[in-house]
Amino acid sequence: MDNEKLSLPGYDIPEDLEHAVAITTLDRIYNWGRRSSVWPLMFGLACCAIEMIAAQAARYDMARFGMEVMRPTPRQADLMLVSGTVTKKMIPALVRLYNQMPEPKYVVAMGACASGGGPFKEGYNVVAGVDKFLPVDVYIPGCPPTPQALIAGMIKLQEKIDKQSLKRVAWYDGKKKDANFIPEPILGPDLIDPRRNAEIKSLAAVKEG
Amino acid sequence: MATTFLTSTVDLVARFPGSVTADARPGYHGFIVEKDKLVEIATAIRDEFGYDLLTAVTGVDYLPENKMEVVYHAYKTTGGPGLMFKVQVPRVGPVEVPSLIEVYPGVDLQEREAWDLLGIKFTGHPDLRRILMWEGFEGHPLRKDWKEPFYEEDFKPFKSRWPEGKHVSAEEKNPFKDNLKYPQNFDPEKWIPEGDAMLYGSLARYTTVDPEGLKADRIVVNMGPQHPSTHGVFRAAITLEGETIVGLKPVVGYLHRNHDKIGERNTYLQNMPYTDRLDYFNSMSNNFGYAIAVEKLMNIKVAERAEYLRVIMAELSRIQNHLVFVGMLLNDLGAMYTPALYAFEERELILDIFEATAGSRMMCNYFRFGGVVRDVPEGVLQKIKDLVFDRLPAKTDEMERFLSENEVLVSRLQGVKVIDAEDAVRFSMTGPVLRATGVPYDIRRADPYGVYDRFDFDVAVRYNGDLMDNYLIRLDEIRQSLRILEQAVKQIPEGPINSQKPQYQVRVPAGEAYGRIESPKGELAFYVISNGKPNPWRYHVRPASFVNITALEKMCLGTKIADFVVLLGVLDIVMGELDR
Repeated sequence: MDNEKLSLPGYDIPEDLEHAVAITTLDRIYNWGRRSSVWPLMFGLACCAIEMIAAQAARYDMARFGMEVMRPTPRQADLMLVSGTVTKKMIPALVRLYNQMPEPKYVVAMGACASGGGPFKEGYNVVAGVDKFLPVDVYIPGCPPTPQALIAGMIKLQEKIDKQSLKRVAWYDGKKKDANFIPEPILGPDLIDPRRNAEIKSLAAVKEG
Repeated sequence: MATTFLTSTVDLVARFPGSVTADARPGYHGFIVEKDKLVEIATAIRDEFGYDLLTAVTGVDYLPENKMEVVYHAYKTTGGPGLMFKVQVPRVGPVEVPSLIEVYPGVDLQEREAWDLLGIKFTGHPDLRRILMWEGFEGHPLRKDWKEPFYEEDFKPFKSRWPEGKHVSAEEKNPFKDNLKYPQNFDPEKWIPEGDAMLYGSLARYTTVDPEGLKADRIVVNMGPQHPSTHGVFRAAITLEGETIVGLKPVVGYLHRNHDKIGERNTYLQNMPYTDRLDYFNSMSNNFGYAIAVEKLMNIKVAERAEYLRVIMAELSRIQNHLVFVGMLLNDLGAMYTPALYAFEERELILDIFEATAGSRMMCNYFRFGGVVRDVPEGVLQKIKDLVFDRLPAKTDEMERFLSENEVLVSRLQGVKVIDAEDAVRFSMTGPVLRATGVPYDIRRADPYGVYDRFDFDVAVRYNGDLMDNYLIRLDEIRQSLRILEQAVKQIPEGPINSQKPQYQVRVPAGEAYGRIESPKGELAFYVISNGKPNPWRYHVRPASFVNITALEKMCLGTKIADFVVLLGVLDIVMGELDR
């Protein structure tokens, strides 16, 4: 970010200090740091992962946006790029990874499958969209999205980060600290979401037809 | 057409009178074998008739006839057509068929898949657990009377959508408003998940450790499903003694997208874009295999120009696959990302050609029954020529110059055994991994399809079967693909690109067909059964990756855990194809 944007509060700086001092708000400098170093979790699910790798490679070069540092561990990642079809067998592991990520954390649903099931939605082992479990920040359409589309989605995420304010975010608020904790789904006769236990029990008791 | 199944030259009926009959249903081939004699007959097929490579095992649910059928496809590694034999069992009570794991160890995972999806119990199988779904899952999804939660109708196009229906989202029709289905009176709070107890139980065979009275613990390490070196969502449960692997079980199904079930609801043409998403590096090859299988059923010829376009696209696809393979192998060895950048640079140029031709970089959906969907646009053929004659040979040499004599690479790869020829054949391995052990089995030559018999090329083969050979054979194959491409771009004739009229619905006569191609990863085959309706009755994919990992345990026992990553890497698995 250049000096002009950073110094928006509009304090007059003495002329001899103009190139040495910048005055800004805490939010602005904090968000500038975060948006320029979004580290994704190194994790590919399906076809979209290949386009994700292509976006990191020489031609599209996501490093220009500070997003090239793929972390193999969730503990060091800021962003979960859900790049592909989420299956019922996989979602417990995915939720566990999400819970292990430190705040602030973001989720990008890359491609049709992660956004809503895509071409495989009717499949018996497919979760129709990762947003059934995780709070998604940006959806990227496409099957698979081209690297350009992925980068456009990441820029949308940066815009979202820019708008956040330290005063309002949940992760420094002691009371809301666990707001983003998701109970892990269980593999039963079909996928069981523990948050819906009562509903499942009452609906399963109704005789079909 | 490419593969035919011999019922005349191999006289199984005369060899086993009374227990074998020729399959006489119209459009069907092969032999029907008595269930009790299956193991004996399979042994004879392997030893007396020489069909040593059992490539595919799958089940078919004939609900109207109240029968289950298990279909085996066997081939000779010396080449030639295959032999198909089947077992039929009544579809009542527990459906049981003897396991062939003693005769052909390569059936291991495929029999587990048939158990998982169709509920066919293979007696004598030592480790018959579910494989794609999890233990505790209700039902066997590929049975024709099993309905998925988003079930709407048996066949597409659904009447609610076409010709004048309006779309109601699938969630609205399900009581749980989601892709869910539970048994009557199910109580989720009382459910005790099976977890991984059976998986670890199957590993427990290895837990007798007491050398000279000293107690040493073996530890179980789970690699995956999220692990940077497992090429997707593959998981392996590994028992370690120190750093040595003493037990290994692959755990798959984390990307099981129900390809077969969706494929049986789809019309024939609707399946074409789904095949793109099998091996997502090589959508052109996947299209090729499926097109061949259906064309065989329809008994049509492919337009001459399209045949060449198919070969060109499939070989370009192979080149970019092998380039990425080399890059990713180096990734696995710790040369983080730099070699892969070189690979992706070339891959982008090939994807440009795909995008110009088919409209999409990865999911090409380019083949049609009888030809291809559109001709290459102007100038693209020249681009291909520039790549084939100029850039790619130079870049392959460059890659070889950078890597092949690199001291670190050589000491990591040379002499680390992958598998020997005998075991590779026993475990039904195909593709570069098999050829690196010295078995020159390439379907393009052994059982030619398309117009591959018109080209002059060598089957790449290496003899040591170590990691180094597995790496080098990919470079050999790139060079052979370039040779094929050089001839193809010179010989390609003008003319129509499809022998059929473009149509949404194709008429497919009843019968069965097994279309197989040499995909960059090995044998990719489609087993399609038609009953004359617009949708396939059975649609089975025999992926190379899935069958190749059958031997993973055999490959890894006794090696160091650090080499596991590389051993998995040379198998060149891709999860879309492995889990389907």
